[in-house]
Amino acid sequence: MPKAGLILAALGLMGLSLNATAQSVGHITLASTTSTENSGLFDAIIPAFTEATGIEVRVVAVGTGQAFEIARRGDADALLVHDTRGEEQFVADGWASERADVMVNDFVVVGPDDDPAGIREAADVTEAFARIAEAQASFASRGDDSGTHRAELRLWESAGVEPDGAWYRELGSGMGPTLNTAAAMDAYVMADRATWVAFDNRQNLALLFEGDEALFNQYGSLLLDPGRHPHLKHDLAERWHRWLLSEEGQRAIAGFEVKGQQLFFPNASR
Amino acid sequence: MTHVAHQLPEVAIPALRFEGASMVHRGQTLLQPLTLTLDGCRRTLVMGPNGAGKSLLMRLAHGLLLPSTGRVYWGGKPPRQAMVFQRPVLLKRSALDNLTYALAVSGTPWRARKPLAREALVRFGLGLLERRPARVLSGGEQQRLALARAWLLAPEVLFLDEPTAALDPASMRAVEAAVLDFHARGTRILMTTHDLNQAKRLADDVVLLHEGRLIEHSDAERFFTTPASPTTRAFIDGDLVW
Amino acid sequence: MPTADNAFATALRLVLNLDPALREIVALSLQISLSAVALAALVALPLGAALALWRFPGRGAVIVVLNALMGLPPVVAGLTVYLLLSRAGPLGQFGLLFTPSAMVVAQVLLILPIIAALTRQQVEELHAEYREQLQSLGLSRLRRIPTLLWDARFGLMTVILAGFGRASAEVGAVMIVGGNIDGVTRVMTTAIVLETSKGNLPLALGLGLVLLALVTLINGAAYVVGETARRRLG
Repeated sequence: MPKAGLILAALGLMGLSLNATAQSVGHITLASTTSTENSGLFDAIIPAFTEATGIEVRVVAVGTGQAFEIARRGDADALLVHDTRGEEQFVADGWASERADVMVNDFVVVGPDDDPAGIREAADVTEAFARIAEAQASFASRGDDSGTHRAELRLWESAGVEPDGAWYRELGSGMGPTLNTAAAMDAYVMADRATWVAFDNRQNLALLFEGDEALFNQYGSLLLDPGRHPHLKHDLAERWHRWLLSEEGQRAIAGFEVKGQQLFFPNASR
Repeated sequence: MTHVAHQLPEVAIPALRFEGASMVHRGQTLLQPLTLTLDGCRRTLVMGPNGAGKSLLMRLAHGLLLPSTGRVYWGGKPPRQAMVFQRPVLLKRSALDNLTYALAVSGTPWRARKPLAREALVRFGLGLLERRPARVLSGGEQQRLALARAWLLAPEVLFLDEPTAALDPASMRAVEAAVLDFHARGTRILMTTHDLNQAKRLADDVVLLHEGRLIEHSDAERFFTTPASPTTRAFIDGDLVW
Repeated sequence: MPTADNAFATALRLVLNLDPALREIVALSLQISLSAVALAALVALPLGAALALWRFPGRGAVIVVLNALMGLPPVVAGLTVYLLLSRAGPLGQFGLLFTPSAMVVAQVLLILPIIAALTRQQVEELHAEYREQLQSLGLSRLRRIPTLLWDARFGLMTVILAGFGRASAEVGAVMIVGGNIDGVTRVMTTAIVLETSKGNLPLALGLGLVLLALVTLINGAAYVVGETARRRLG
């Protein structure tokens, strides 16, 4: 229909005028997770990349599941997520040609400062989870099939607990809203450290358990397969991917701090 | 552009014919099949008690409604027409803009509209009110504005449906004078009223309707002096209330 | 808990400092919502008027659907536009996803039914009053549309403001199709969601107050213009 084409052309023009602020050799769209965006990591490292290459990076921060879907539909040029098993499957399915470790951060368990379940004394995270279940203490779960949610479910499994009952609240929300809700109802919650440290509305919440290796959270960068979506900016995306793994990129990640704390630990293998 | 002349050209206005025209609405016959010819450049007054079908007859004649049966047609090229309603429908604009709007609709060039509209306002005694919103004018002023609008359309036939029913005596006189002006300019008049004296003042011929039926159509003098129908007699004597 | 006090203080500080990031966000929000309202009105006003004037089979169904679409959840509108504009979708080749244009499309989809349905109602009422006069002047239905829209303009102004209100307050749809990209598609409402999820409630509420103030300002301006004109034209 020629009319529809005309309207779309007009919208395209409007989009151009609205986007006129961007003045770079080009931009890529990066689908990533809320934890990286909300912590401020991208604000800290992307300017260094843009300065070095002239490439602008536009971050769409969503849940890990949605990030995969966006990439599958060809709506993002690059992908940085934290679900190693899912990422490997993504490569195996032929959507991406390469996956690489970029950095880790870790999950922490926070809860009401008076710690009714006594998880401060737990030897490991499995015991901490078991104590929460035993005390029937309120626990706020993301419940949104995100990377964090999947990690939490694996921990319940290893603690031998079927999370169920009035004490276990599945919120179906992002990390921030889940923390807001947990703060309001004095519940335990598992959060990624980055979001927790940057989170301002803590009220009674305190960090109660950390440091178990089972809580480590690996981030990976994926190079999408040009065969699937030839229109994507694979050249620019590859430069971003290589930069993240380069010494310069890894240094930028290590240098990012919030309130004096390093949040992400680069671990690309060279 | 001179098509809005003050004197209409001397071209015969075709006759308006009703042939078995009736009006049925939701199973109720509002107008019985009616056959009637209205010709000449005359002032025809349509009379009858409330609910007789006067307004229906006007709307059929002007083409606002189509008859349920039969037909209503002009015996020639349909003439230019205008209509003035009992309650004037004025646009939510100034008095002047209501007139320029009608001129725009009738195809008058842009430049000519304002001067013509102002002239018409003055002619109908509204010269000082041109910037006033039409809808805050008094009832009499609104009806004169509706007449001014009709005037600018230079109709060959003017329909007026109870134009003075809601007006004070002075406004009524102004409307009657306007009707005579229209006629003097060569416009055929078709007007309803329930006011016998008004009919006597204005009519060349009279159509009487009663209960959706045509009772009589005769010249005014004959209608008022030697009516053919007893119903007409009763109406003139004021005995036909319903 | 953020007290109302420090939200107000935050809002005031944001406005008084003319924070450049805020200015950019406000400008983008206005640009997108005003474009959406303009485009939607361009289609919805004549569409609503046409629905008021023409009788055709299925007209009742069209009106019911339009009325129902007034309650379309923004997330559904967003998802629909996302699937249309996605590279894998039918309009993918235009590359509009995650651009302000996509946000305009989503907002148009949300407010077009509102403007069309309310226009239909207002024009129908006015037409009931005008019909015989306009018919007497020999106006075709098509030519009555501009007359009726113009004479219903005061009521339609409120209709358009309702559309603008929904567009500028909406977050679910623009979040999905815009992606809340810093400096590119971040608008007032998505910024508020982001700050809320960071737990920065005073800033979120402060942004909310700025948004409220803006919408109030625009409504106030429209009200003054409308009242002045109404007093002049009756």
